[in-house]
Amino acid sequence: MNTSALITMLVAQGIVVSFASYFFYKVLTIPPKQEPDSFNENDDELVRQQKD
Amino acid sequence: MSTKSESWGSRVGLILAMAGNAVGLGNFLRFPVQAVQNGGGAFIIPYLVCFLVMGIPLLFIEWSSGRFGGRSGNHSTPYILDSMAKGRLWKYIGVFGIFTNIAVAAYYCYIESWTMSYVYHSIVGTFNNMSQADVAGFFESYTNISESTTGIPFEAVIFYIICLLLNTFILSKGLGGIEKVAKIGMPLLIMFGVILAVRGLTLGTSGASDIFPDANAWDGLNFLWTPQFDSLTSPKVWLAAAGQIFFTLSVGMGTIHCYAAYLKSKDDIALNAVSAGFMNEFVEVVLGSLIVIPIAAGYLGLDWVIQNAGFGMAFQTMPYLFQQWGSSLAIIAGVCWFGLLFFAGITSSLAMGTPWMGFMKDEFNWSKNKGAWSFGALVLIMGLPTVIFYKEGLFDQYDYWAGTVSLVVFAFLETVLFSYIFGIKRGWAEINQGADIKIPGFYKYIILIVTPLLLGWVLLSSIPDWVDKVKDNDTNNKEWFASKFYAENFDGAGKNSGTVEEVSANSVKFSFEDTKKVFDKETETVKTIGFTNYKEYKFKANKNQVVVVQKGDVVKPSDIIATGDFTNDTLYKFMGRMLLLSLFAFISIIVYFAYKKRVREGRATL
Repeated sequence: MNTSALITMLVAQGIVVSFASYFFYKVLTIPPKQEPDSFNENDDELVRQQKD
Repeated sequence: MSTKSESWGSRVGLILAMAGNAVGLGNFLRFPVQAVQNGGGAFIIPYLVCFLVMGIPLLFIEWSSGRFGGRSGNHSTPYILDSMAKGRLWKYIGVFGIFTNIAVAAYYCYIESWTMSYVYHSIVGTFNNMSQADVAGFFESYTNISESTTGIPFEAVIFYIICLLLNTFILSKGLGGIEKVAKIGMPLLIMFGVILAVRGLTLGTSGASDIFPDANAWDGLNFLWTPQFDSLTSPKVWLAAAGQIFFTLSVGMGTIHCYAAYLKSKDDIALNAVSAGFMNEFVEVVLGSLIVIPIAAGYLGLDWVIQNAGFGMAFQTMPYLFQQWGSSLAIIAGVCWFGLLFFAGITSSLAMGTPWMGFMKDEFNWSKNKGAWSFGALVLIMGLPTVIFYKEGLFDQYDYWAGTVSLVVFAFLETVLFSYIFGIKRGWAEINQGADIKIPGFYKYIILIVTPLLLGWVLLSSIPDWVDKVKDNDTNNKEWFASKFYAENFDGAGKNSGTVEEVSANSVKFSFEDTKKVFDKETETVKTIGFTNYKEYKFKANKNQVVVVQKGDVVKPSDIIATGDFTNDTLYKFMGRMLLLSLFAFISIIVYFAYKKRVREGRATL
């Protein structure tokens, strides 16, 4: 590949991969809200039950 | 008011479903072609700018509108929009959010059924020892429903119905079924994509042959990524970039509203929206650019790619290219490629069923089963004409009016509603409610000013094209039924004449001067060169169609070349437009009945 094409490709793809990874990492690591939340798979997790 | 009986299983499942909704066939087939046709590497600049100032804002608008509407028990756009503004009109504008999905699903499931069929043909070895012309011919035969490539009569129709049944069955399982497919399909799609992208990156000159001695995958990548900065000043390129952002993110359809309507107010939408949006961009910019163009350039040469870049490349060339890897690898590559396209397709087509199902559940308390099977029936009724009259151009009418125009119209109207009627202050607060990330404040002004202006420009710029389509300006044979057949334009501009080279009672072949684009490796620019092109017409003896020109005649566009009984494509194109209008009217009537029901129950808003 020529240099300008390689640089354009790496910069464009680098930007997209960085943002996509960063946002998905945040999704995976930010703790979910207290119940009742929008998702049913975690309904039974005791630590997330609504505090009275 | 209906009760929320459905919910998403997990946040990751929701994001994968949302990304699956956005990731479609266009990521792999449309994006690289648009880039090739609009300045190579420079296309990425307007593309990313449009993503940031139009794509992301529209994602925020649709996610937040959906969650807002869902709070009052509305899960599809007619009553989501109705809940955001006073007046009775908005629910009918919201009809777009159901109409587009049914109409697009009608022809989209047909393309999806091709991918399913091509997986089957890759496994059974149909493409073994076929030349490139044979593979291209196979596609032509496949889409001609009177022919069969497997011995099964009406094969294309059968695969279409199987594909639709599969979609309907999964939809009948509700959000859980969609989420499950996304959780399996998206990782598989990315895995298949990475395998093929690595091949695209490493192919180099190893695919050159006696027929295409200059074939080089690096040329494809060079052409795709070398910036041609002069294209940045072309409005056409910016329009193409804005258009691509629409298609790729599935905005302006109503599906995002529907998915987001199942979220609670305290849960995030801001991070979810950008996460799903960037996941789609990853599939498009990283994987989509590294498969079709470099692999095709690696075997057929860059000039071939430039002249033939189009949606059909996936079906007309890729099976042949895979054959060059040996029969075993060809099966694996065929399954990877068409499987990837299938998963990209099905995660999108499933999303298209949810607005209808959500609406019927909210308004008439229809069960998931009833909603799904009625959606399947509607799609079948709308879709069969696209399968049967594919070659007559009915399919293209659906793609244009439902898959292109409707998206822009609806996105523009919903942006105006969100920013100026619902109000940017309330809208901005809605976007930020429960947000897990801090959205930069300037996005408020982008949503208020830049996005509506850009959408308005895209909308206005496309109006002359609508007129051309309605007037059938792409053909010289405008009558539905005619006794004469006129020569179509030979070149794109319709200026050149053709010379009759070969003629028989029912066929005629013309030669004419045409131009084509080639890539100059030394200057790394695209040049336009002249060449002699050929065009052939075949007529039907059983319709008394007879050629009336002689060898050596010079024929201009619109000159009579044959007489007999002709049924022109304009009839089928008109039928397509009428079917779409009928669908829109049908859904509007249902929305009207829903409104009347709400009035009787004392639930109607002003």
